[in-house]
Amino acid sequence: MDFAVFWIAAGVAGAAAINLIFQSKPINSVLSLVVVLFALAVLYLQLSAEFIAALQIIIYAGAIMVLFLFVVMLLNLNQDQFGSNRKPGLRSFGVLIGGTLIIEISLIARAFVSSSPTDGQVVAAEFGSVAQVGRLLFGEYLLPFELTSILLLIAVAGALVLAGKREEAQPPEERS
Amino acid sequence: MLELRGIIDAIWSFIVGLLAGLGIPQWAIELVGYALIAVVMFGVVAVIVLFLVWWERKVSAKMQDRLGPMRVGWHGIIQTIADAIKLLQKEDITPKAIDFPIHFWAPVVTFVAAFMVYVTVPFGKGLIVSDLSVGVLYIIAITTFTVIGLLMAGWGSNNKYSLLGGFRSAAQVVSYEVPLSLALLGVIMISQTLSLGTIVTQQDNLLKWYVWRQPLGFLIFWIAATAECNRTPFDLPEADSELVAGFVTEYSGMKFAMFFLAEFVNMFTASVVAVTLFFGGWMSPFGPDFGPSWMWFLGKTMFFVFVLMWFRWTYPRLRVDQLMGFAWKVLLPLAFLNILLTGLGIYLFDGLK
Amino acid sequence: MIPLSHYLLVSAVLFGLGTVGVLISRNLITILMSVELMLNAANLALISFARWHADPGAHVFVFIIFVVAAAEAAVGLSLVIAIFRRKNTVDVDELNILKG
Repeated sequence: MDFAVFWIAAGVAGAAAINLIFQSKPINSVLSLVVVLFALAVLYLQLSAEFIAALQIIIYAGAIMVLFLFVVMLLNLNQDQFGSNRKPGLRSFGVLIGGTLIIEISLIARAFVSSSPTDGQVVAAEFGSVAQVGRLLFGEYLLPFELTSILLLIAVAGALVLAGKREEAQPPEERS
Repeated sequence: MLELRGIIDAIWSFIVGLLAGLGIPQWAIELVGYALIAVVMFGVVAVIVLFLVWWERKVSAKMQDRLGPMRVGWHGIIQTIADAIKLLQKEDITPKAIDFPIHFWAPVVTFVAAFMVYVTVPFGKGLIVSDLSVGVLYIIAITTFTVIGLLMAGWGSNNKYSLLGGFRSAAQVVSYEVPLSLALLGVIMISQTLSLGTIVTQQDNLLKWYVWRQPLGFLIFWIAATAECNRTPFDLPEADSELVAGFVTEYSGMKFAMFFLAEFVNMFTASVVAVTLFFGGWMSPFGPDFGPSWMWFLGKTMFFVFVLMWFRWTYPRLRVDQLMGFAWKVLLPLAFLNILLTGLGIYLFDGLK
Repeated sequence: MIPLSHYLLVSAVLFGLGTVGVLISRNLITILMSVELMLNAANLALISFARWHADPGAHVFVFIIFVVAAAEAAVGLSLVIAIFRRKNTVDVDELNILKG
């Protein structure tokens, strides 16, 4: 049962990730990424990371991906507007590099795994619960947590400056 | 003796005995169990929603001094079933210029997301499919999927009115999600748990309802929930007088029915969350074990659904800028204030544990 | 129980696919999404190691990665919008003003 769930989730994540890369329509890529995120949330649940799984859906699928969808729609990005993909030569070169990277990471991971305990440790039912992660966040890791809030503030300011309306906007030809 | 849990357990053990007698392996029986639970939950919620559709028409008729549906059955009570059959038979028109896969999957995403919430809803004593330890977070997470469905519908239809509806819904739902979640945080701070089952059992009489300790939180939640359901006065995504029908413009037949049902399911969900977190869920107001628990649950929930309908036929629609301004400039600061006050209250009265 | 290597394999595949996406795509939005995919692959590796060593500290780290991803998406997408306003395209090959 565990293995069935794992293989289904992993397969869906992989297929959707491939679809993400090779789709020519941006909107399809966005929706494939939503599927990947959902499948990953299932994997997180299997690894008894309930809090992270819930956050994955709320933050990623609920906020970040909606932002992506929103931008794709706002700019009305259809297939024809960004032309064809790269030349076949460059394209296969990219796939080659990516494939090499996958094999490399897998080899490193295998070497690493074979040197560490094969069986996972038994964890308490509390592991990964909101209470436990919360205690860590507001205790041991308080400083990084507070720093993330500053990061978010900077991001808000940056987004407003970059994407906000400007009064004195000149036509693009004169500027470039 | 009116508790349903015993009856369900009896039926289930009968089925298990039957299947085991046929020599079906354990895992297959488990699978059948999950499938049965899913079907039963779907059935229960669907029946409730069919009732709500009829009820909404009756309530609106009453408020406008009309009769509403009267012909099919007693006071038109099976009118919705007749309508559903009509919608099923209708031709499913798919416009030529649409983005087909997205147009096709949009109602499915919305519909499934609307129903998935009920996995962790306590309908009564012991009537909960799975009392998740992250229950409240789960509900917030699943409801966000509705936005994606609406955006898909808006884009896939390739129609400017649909697209505008999709835009509005995305902006509105994402904005109101923030005060909504923060308002629920007050209850979570007091109850010290995210599991809906435990939150209900903590409120075992009228005085222990969390609404008395979280009046501001409830108010914020209720306004934000109305917006999340895209109900009037926040029905901008499908404002009929401005956007034809918003994101459902290009849908017909069964796909339209799915959007329509999902809207009513969301309405019911909002009421369920309000009742469970603030009004004691299935617990009766007069202490535990007073009358059947599921009746209390349904009664309270129906009252809140009625309030939503009441809103719809009373208030005019907001403008887009008013809507966004209200979420970010009024509700959000109030939600923060609520959290601050709750924390202060816990610190002063309970002390730090 | 599923061995750690399985999760690491999935993580490696997702990371590699993200890299491919960054390399072969011309669309800025797809590139941004591929970066998100790589972040997610890293998250999966972190979570599986956390489960293996029974140390929830990695969950905190993943939480922080979520925040970084959100900030990255917000700033990145506003950059995309700003570029689109200026050049009316999101094709990275067209963004060659700095080319001598």
